[in-house]
Amino acid sequence: MAEPVAHDGPAPVPSSARLAVRKTYKLYLGGAFPRSESGRSYPVASHQGDHLANAALASRKDARDAVAAARKAFGGWSGRTAYNRGQILYRVAEMMEGRSAQFAAELADAEGIGAAAAEAAVAAAVDRWVYHAGWADKYAQVLGASNPVSGPYYNHSAPEPTGVVAVFAPQDSPLLGLVSVIAPVIATGNTAVVVAAERAPLPAVTLAEVLATSDLPGGVVNILTGRTAELAPHLASHADVNALDLAGAGDDAVDLERAAATTLKRVLRPDPAPDWTADPGIARLAHFLETKTVWHPIGM
Amino acid sequence: MDQIFEYAPAPESRSVVSLRDTYEPFIDGAFTPAATGEYLTTANPADEEPLARVAVSGAADVDRAVAAARRAFDTVWGPMPGRERGKYLFRIARILQERSRELAVLESLDNGKPIKETRDVDLPLVAAHFFYYAGWADKLEHAGFGPRPRPLGVAAQIIPWNFPLLMLAWKIAPALATGNTVVLKPAETTPLTALVFAEICQEADLPPGVVNILPGAGETGRALVAHPGTDKVAFTGSTEVGREIARAVAGTDRRVSLELGGKGANIVYDDAALDQAVEGIVSGIFFNQGHVCCAGSRLLVQESIAEELLPRLRARIERLRLGDPLDKNTDIGAINSAAQLDRIRDLARSGADEGAEGWSPACELPERGYWFPPTVFTGVTQAHRIAREEIFGPVLSVLTFRTPEEAVAKANNTPYGLSAGVWTEKGSRMLWTAERLRAGVVWSNTFNKFDPASPFGGYKESGYGREGGRHGLEAYLG
Repeated sequence: MAEPVAHDGPAPVPSSARLAVRKTYKLYLGGAFPRSESGRSYPVASHQGDHLANAALASRKDARDAVAAARKAFGGWSGRTAYNRGQILYRVAEMMEGRSAQFAAELADAEGIGAAAAEAAVAAAVDRWVYHAGWADKYAQVLGASNPVSGPYYNHSAPEPTGVVAVFAPQDSPLLGLVSVIAPVIATGNTAVVVAAERAPLPAVTLAEVLATSDLPGGVVNILTGRTAELAPHLASHADVNALDLAGAGDDAVDLERAAATTLKRVLRPDPAPDWTADPGIARLAHFLETKTVWHPIGM
Repeated sequence: MDQIFEYAPAPESRSVVSLRDTYEPFIDGAFTPAATGEYLTTANPADEEPLARVAVSGAADVDRAVAAARRAFDTVWGPMPGRERGKYLFRIARILQERSRELAVLESLDNGKPIKETRDVDLPLVAAHFFYYAGWADKLEHAGFGPRPRPLGVAAQIIPWNFPLLMLAWKIAPALATGNTVVLKPAETTPLTALVFAEICQEADLPPGVVNILPGAGETGRALVAHPGTDKVAFTGSTEVGREIARAVAGTDRRVSLELGGKGANIVYDDAALDQAVEGIVSGIFFNQGHVCCAGSRLLVQESIAEELLPRLRARIERLRLGDPLDKNTDIGAINSAAQLDRIRDLARSGADEGAEGWSPACELPERGYWFPPTVFTGVTQAHRIAREEIFGPVLSVLTFRTPEEAVAKANNTPYGLSAGVWTEKGSRMLWTAERLRAGVVWSNTFNKFDPASPFGGYKESGYGREGGRHGLEAYLG
């Protein structure tokens, strides 16, 4: 991590002008924005090394609280109609669009990219929500089946959400990558505990503010900022986590997959060369689904 | 009417089976002696008489089999057009039908399950599974896994002893249909039908190396799972071994599918058709001596009808006939092994020790062999071991509930999530319940039904991946 550096910032403000109000970047747990229970924070620097803000340094206890919040939210969220989940995801896109400038500025700082590239990444992230909003009431028809069994039985298979998914967000794509891993998880009714990109967590916290104002029930997405390597082992071995997305787990991915075996969590291994701008398709969404098959006799 | 008819013995003839003295691994199209030089004896659990000596395959045999499977994948089976692969599977399905009585008798001899089940359930489903997947072989681009789905390569497959040949079919048929080649290890106590299946592969002129069968025990399985030359591990068996496998493949590119244990809840609501429910409870827990991962081993009965249901259930259980697996009248056969019998006894003892009340019908057990009478525990709480642990035997734990919410909460109160049953005459209540059960298969007003077109597999610690239907292709396609 870069050490905190003196903040040169813009030119000193004349004493008559208004002083800007800075934002405190906090965690997003169960729909609220607490600081870490540990009281810890860590400095976040721009791509150029300038100090941007202090982010909460989440602890093991925060991770456990996040899992509890996600579990609590699971029944309600998975029980919503698919149409309603789609509406809410689309609302997330609307809210994000309205904050495009803020996201673009944060991305430009975080990634050291130009304004045009940052705006393009934000636009793609907004569109990714729209894409998954549309899946919410369609994947069950694509992935489900009516099964022609040899006997007088109605037999039907339908996908259902796996449960609580721990998502380690990509380290190198702090907004588009982040949205690309969250949206497919929650579109189908899962709830998520997300560990934001360690060096560039600020877009994730701003996304949390978008989620909090999009009618997404509290606890459906919980966002932790901090050290991925510190938080990940606790989430990988937590018995109430049903699945892991190891996209941003880095070198720890193997150990985490091994830890996940103890409770047979579903594990999505990291793609060695992900392209977050590519058409996401249905694979990621399908990975966090179970198939339930229901039989019933047919008779008079 | 306490009197029931006595049944004259009606044993199926063993003469349809001709056993060899010794069975060797089937590698690259031929039975060749295991490099280990070690053998185990597989015995009939109904009388403890030895059936045959079977080689214990070791690491060198795993090497040879994986190399043969790789060669067959690269040179023959991978490049072969799907329609031709499919025809091999159709051919195998036909031979399985032709030799089904022989295989049913052999399965009953080696496993101890009643001939009524091997003849009417196992073998018809085995052939049907090959027919079903045979037809997929040239239609994979229509299966919803992309325009050009590719096989993974060599699949390592490990199967259990409870449905030996059926589990082989569930593993091999979809793997071959999708263009993979396989190395399969049958269970230590039930290797014989898999080795006859190897003969069927020869009879079908299946190219050498496409199917390799390695009999052996736990070490053989471990060597196969650890082998870096495979692209896929498919396992059916205990949750404990499933965890071991998930750990072993962590960090590799190998894909895994696991079909593990269960503690299925069978929920009976107060409006259920009771006689049908009793039949379903009986088949749910006593089918195949309860050696069924998806058994309905926890009966959840609505409190208001418990007093009416339980006497009917006991009366029905008193009519079950336990004994010679080859007798066509037998309902309950032998426990598969001495080790499994010990485990069932241990858990049944814990039920009594922890305060549940056990009941079994007056039931004479044969003197030789491994036997356990059908047993029902009442007064079971959710904390009891018999309500939490998979017994894998003919032991039913009865719990009660008052409201549908309580039924669902109790049903889901387990780390497993393989199967569940719902008995009610009200459609909306059935669907409400089925929607909330965290289980991969829900049987409503029926139980323990299987079909090659119907996806099967678990939630939570019952494993991941599906076998059967279009869904079953995914485990073997990249």
